Amino acid sequence: MVIDCKHVWEHISGYLDGTLAPEQLEQVQKHLEHCEICSAILDSTRNILILTADDRVFELPLGFSERLHARLDDEIKRISPEVT
Amino acid sequence: MIASILSGNTQEFHSLIRPYERSVFSMALSLLQNEADAEDAAQDAFLKAFRNLKAFRAESKFSTWLISITLNEARSRLRKKKTMKVQSIEEQQEEHNHASPALLRDWREIPSEALERQEVKLILQQAITDLPLIYREIFLLRDVEELSVNESAETLGISVASVKVRLHRARMMLQKKLAPQLKQTSPKRRWLPWL
Ligand SMILES: [Zn+2]
Repeated sequence: MVIDCKHVWEHISGYLDGTLAPEQLEQVQKHLEHCEICSAILDSTRNILILTADDRVFELPLGFSERLHARLDDEIKRISPEVT
Repeated sequence: MIASILSGNTQEFHSLIRPYERSVFSMALSLLQNEADAEDAAQDAFLKAFRNLKAFRAESKFSTWLISITLNEARSRLRKKKTMKVQSIEEQQEEHNHASPALLRDWREIPSEALERQEVKLILQQAITDLPLIYREIFLLRDVEELSVNESAETLGISVASVKVRLHRARMMLQKKLAPQLKQTSPKRRWLPWL
């Protein structure tokens, strides 16, 4: 069975997660072999997900760690005062 | 380490959370869209984790537990800030919005080193924070924090089927917005006939 581009788009997420049923996967793969548009959409989506998931996208503000641990320290001492 | 903290070595909590500072802050910032609020929410999430450490169950991952505390912290702050109206518009979008991708003839791989460029970083930040909340949440849990589909469904209190639908739309929205923008930022290929 031949499927059209729009049908392939519905399966991009499942394709990337490897959750397509065997017959769907085969249809999508066959389509990708001859459709440069769907191949480019798939490649760009995969690429974009790698970039957006990178932990460098959002930087920690300067001094974040120091402020966090100082506040934690106060809390830890308050809840469980050191016996020593 | 958690058992040790619970038995009284409370100072070890500092080391326990160090590896998660960045992801908790990123999550809070993506959801709250404001750096000061995000820092505040991240601090509160870590404090809550400390206070409720006894409730942590070893069968789940600590990171997953921490992320769900962060999500709840951000959600309650959003509820205080936003009216219910905004939320319901987003819910409606789920019904009607058929996500279609940006059409391209070819795609040249953008390497992760591109993230060294402030310009690229800003484009990505904007695209993430512009996603409607229900799509941003699932994208963050699944694609950034790498929770499983089941863990995401449980954390968000939605069905596995909804997770899949929302995630697909979130990814398509990101592709639609980012593919054309990122294509433009990649340095023009120089013509090197000897290569
Ligand atoms: Zn196609």
